[in-house]
Amino acid sequence: MVGIVSYGTYIPRYRIVVDEIARIWGEDAEVVKRGLGVEQKSVPGLDEDTATIAVECAREALRRAKIDPKKIGAVFVGSESHPYVVKPTGTVVAEALGVGNEYFCADLEFACKAGTAGIQICYAMVKAGMIDYGVAIGADTSQSRPGDALEFTASAGGACFIIGRNCIAEIEGTFSFTSDTPDFWRREGQPYPSHGGRFTGQPAYFRHIFMATKGLLEKLGLKPSDFNYVVFHQPNAKFPMRVAKMLGFGKEQVRTGLVVPYIGNTYSGSSLIGLASVLDVAKPGERILVTSYGSGAGSDSFSFVVTDKIEEFERNPTVLDKIRECEFIDYGTYVKFMRKIRR
Amino acid sequence: MRVAVIGVGCSKFGELWEMGFRDIMISAGVEALEDANLEGKEIEAIYVGNMSAGRYVGQEHIASLIADYSGLADLHIPCVRVEAGDASGGVALRQAYMAVASGMHDVVIAAGAEKVTDVPNAVEILSSCADVEWEVFNGANLPALYAMIARMHMRRYGTKEEDLAMVSVKNHKNATLNPKAMFRREIDLETALNSPYVAEPLRLFDCSPICDGASVVILASEDVARKYTDTPIYIEACTQASDYLALQSRRDITTMDSVVQASRKAYKIAGIDPKDVDVVEVHDSFTIAEIIAYEDLGFVEKGRGAELVREGVTMLDGEIPVNPSGGLKAFGHAVGATGIRQAVEIVLQLRGDAGKRQVDAEMGLSLNVGGTGGTAVVTVFSR
Amino acid sequence: MLPKFWRKIRFRYGLIGSYCENCGNYYYPPRNLCPRCRRKGKVKEVQFSGYGRVLSWSVVHDAVENFWISKPYVVALIELDEGARIIAPLDCNPREIEEGMRVRAVFRKFGEDGEEGIIHYGTKFVPIG
Ligand SMILES: [Zn+2]
Repeated sequence: MVGIVSYGTYIPRYRIVVDEIARIWGEDAEVVKRGLGVEQKSVPGLDEDTATIAVECAREALRRAKIDPKKIGAVFVGSESHPYVVKPTGTVVAEALGVGNEYFCADLEFACKAGTAGIQICYAMVKAGMIDYGVAIGADTSQSRPGDALEFTASAGGACFIIGRNCIAEIEGTFSFTSDTPDFWRREGQPYPSHGGRFTGQPAYFRHIFMATKGLLEKLGLKPSDFNYVVFHQPNAKFPMRVAKMLGFGKEQVRTGLVVPYIGNTYSGSSLIGLASVLDVAKPGERILVTSYGSGAGSDSFSFVVTDKIEEFERNPTVLDKIRECEFIDYGTYVKFMRKIRR
Repeated sequence: MRVAVIGVGCSKFGELWEMGFRDIMISAGVEALEDANLEGKEIEAIYVGNMSAGRYVGQEHIASLIADYSGLADLHIPCVRVEAGDASGGVALRQAYMAVASGMHDVVIAAGAEKVTDVPNAVEILSSCADVEWEVFNGANLPALYAMIARMHMRRYGTKEEDLAMVSVKNHKNATLNPKAMFRREIDLETALNSPYVAEPLRLFDCSPICDGASVVILASEDVARKYTDTPIYIEACTQASDYLALQSRRDITTMDSVVQASRKAYKIAGIDPKDVDVVEVHDSFTIAEIIAYEDLGFVEKGRGAELVREGVTMLDGEIPVNPSGGLKAFGHAVGATGIRQAVEIVLQLRGDAGKRQVDAEMGLSLNVGGTGGTAVVTVFSR
Repeated sequence: MLPKFWRKIRFRYGLIGSYCENCGNYYYPPRNLCPRCRRKGKVKEVQFSGYGRVLSWSVVHDAVENFWISKPYVVALIELDEGARIIAPLDCNPREIEEGMRVRAVFRKFGEDGEEGIIHYGTKFVPIG
C-alpha cells in the first residue's frame, strides 16, 4: 500500500484584498470578486521565496511523520517560481531537512501541476522499490504583471507530501492527460508570465481536467458519487465549481478543498493545499479525488483512500488555522514585498 | 623598568578630506616628536594600532609605510602594526609599553591611525569588529549589539534613555573645550532624546561618529625620559584582557568581563583602588558603553552606573571626570587611533596641559575596548 | 565569499551546533573546542530543537546591507531551550515583543550577493502562538 505518509503546508501570513488591488487599477471590486469568487490572496514576506516556503511545509510534514530525515530517498520540488533559473531548489530543501547526501533530486516545472507530477514520481519510485520515502512539494511565489487580471489571484504558498508505505491515504490510482497547449507561459528573462486570456478556459483548463479525471474514473471503474471529496486546481473559485459540474460532482464534494477564495491561486501549491485541507478533516475509508492542472498543458488525476492511520496522525495546525492567521497589507507594501519596484 | 610618556601628538579628528592616511599619521607623529623634543633618530621601534587600512584605504603593510613616511626608513628600526578592532590603539600602546618595560628598547613610539572617509561603507567595516559570520550576517551590526546590551541593562537595572542622553550631553559639552574635537558644539537633552533611533533603544546621539584621525605617544624608560622632559608621565600599569568575540557567547551581556579583569589587574599592579583615579577616558563608542564602564571599572557597583551621570559625578567638575576630551562621542572615533588618543588626553591632563578642560588630577586611567568587549585595554598613568 | 557561505550552510539552515559530552554544555555557532573543558572536552554535533526565548532585542533602523529592504527589522538575543544563545533576526511586530517571549526557528532568506549572485538562506525566529 503506497500513498501519503504525511503532509504539511505553508501559507505566508500577509494578505491583500481584491478591493485594494481594484482600487489602484480602477476596476470594480465587486465585479471582480463576483467573477473570480476570490476575496483576497496571500503575499510572501520580503524574506520568503519558493525555497523557504518549500522548506517550511516540508518540515511540518517531516515533524508530523516522525520519520528520520535520512530515510528520505528523493526530493522533488515543483514550482514555476524557483528562486534560481539554474540551480535546484530541491537541494536547499533537502539540506534544510537534513536528508543527508544520498537522495534522488530534481526540480520540476509544469506551471501549476509540477507538485502533483512530483507525487507521481515519488509514487513510482516507492512502488519500484527505489526509495522508502519520497518528498514531493508544490510551492510558488507566483508573479503577475501589475494591473493584469492575474494580479487579483496570483499568490504564494506550498504543500509537501511524503510518499511511502504505511500511509494515511493510499493512492488508489493516478492518470494524466497532456497536450501541447500554450495557454499560459513565461519566456526566459521575462519577469511576468503571459496568457491567452479566454483561451485558458475551455481548450486548456476544462479540457485537460475533464479528460484526466474521466480517464482516472474509467481506469478505476469509479463514478463521482464514490468520492467524498473532490479537489481541482483552483485558479479562481468559479473554474473548479464548473468543471465539477461538468464531471458530475456536487458542490458539497468541492467545498472542503476550495481554499482559493481566502488565499488566492498558489499555483503549484493550489490543488495540493486543497488536498491538505481535505485531509485535515477526512475520516478513515473516505475517498478523495484530486486533479491538478498545469498550463502548457496537462492534468494529473489521483484517487486517494484515507486509512485508519489518519486517526492518530497530528493534523494541527490545519490549513484553516493558517488561512485565519493573517496580516493585511496595502498595495504599496505589496509591490515592495513582490519586488515589483526596482531600486 | 618603569616606563614614562615623554611626548604626545594628535591630529585633528573628523572628516579630513584633504588628508590621506599618510598625512594624518605624520601630522600626529611630528607633533609628538616636537613635544618630546626628539630629533627622530632616538626612536628604536614603532608600534602602530590600525584596524583596517586594507579595507579603509586598500593598503596593507602599513608598518613599513609609516616608518617610510616618518622619515625613519634609513634607521631600519622595527615597525609593527597591531590590530584588535577599535582596541588596536590600546593594544599597540601595551606592546610599546612592554618593549620598554622589558628593557628591550629605551625609546619607542606607540601610534594609532585610521583613515575611514575614503570609502562609503566605513560603518559596515567597523562592524567587522563584531562576529561577521554569526552576528553581522544575522543582521546585528555594532549599534544593534550595543542596543541589546542597553535594553538588558535598562530592564534589569532601571537605566533610562535619559541617562544615555546625559552621557552624550556631557561629552559634547567637554568637546567644546577641545580644539581638536570633531564636534565642538553643545547639545541639550531634548536634542539627544529627539534624535532618530539607530537601533532601539539607541538613538543617533548615543552613537559615536567614526572618523579620520591619528595619535602618537612616545615612551621611554625612566632613566632616559629625564634626558628629554621635566614632566614625564608614568605608566603604572597597562593590562589587556580578552573575552568571547560574539555577544551571544558571553556569560552576561550587561558586564564586559574583559574590562573587569583588565582593570582589576591594573589596579593590583599599580597598587591603587578605583577611588584613587582622578581622571578617566573610557570607550564610549555608544553611550551605554560609558555607563557600563563606570561599573566594570569599579567606580560604582553593577547596575548603578547611570547614577554617576545623573548626579554629575563624571562631569568635568565632578568627583571623577570621565571623557574630558569629549570622548569617542564628541571628540570622534578614529577606530585604531582611539586607544592612543585616550592616552594623549590623560597625559595632557596629568601634565596640566589640557587647557580649558583641565581638571585637577594626579592619577589617570584609560579604557579602550574592541567591538563589544572582545578586547579591553586598561592603562593607569601617574604624574 | 561563496565558499565561506557554503561551508556553513548546514549550520545555518538546520540550526546545527555543538554539544560537549564532558560538561554537558551546548554551543551555537558550532565550536571545535569546548571553552570549558578544552582538551578534555568531547565536542559532538547537535541539532537544536529550534525553540527558545527572547533575552534582549533591538529594532534596527540603521540596517546591515542585506537587511536594508526590511528595515526597521528586529534582531534578538535568544536563549535556545538547550541552553545555547543565538543572535538572530526575529520576524514579528516590534511592539509585541516581550522579555522571555517564546520563539521558534523558521527557514528564511537572508539576502543575496547582488542580483546575479547566490541567495543566502538561514534561520530566523518567529513568536510561538
Ligand atoms: Zn565541555
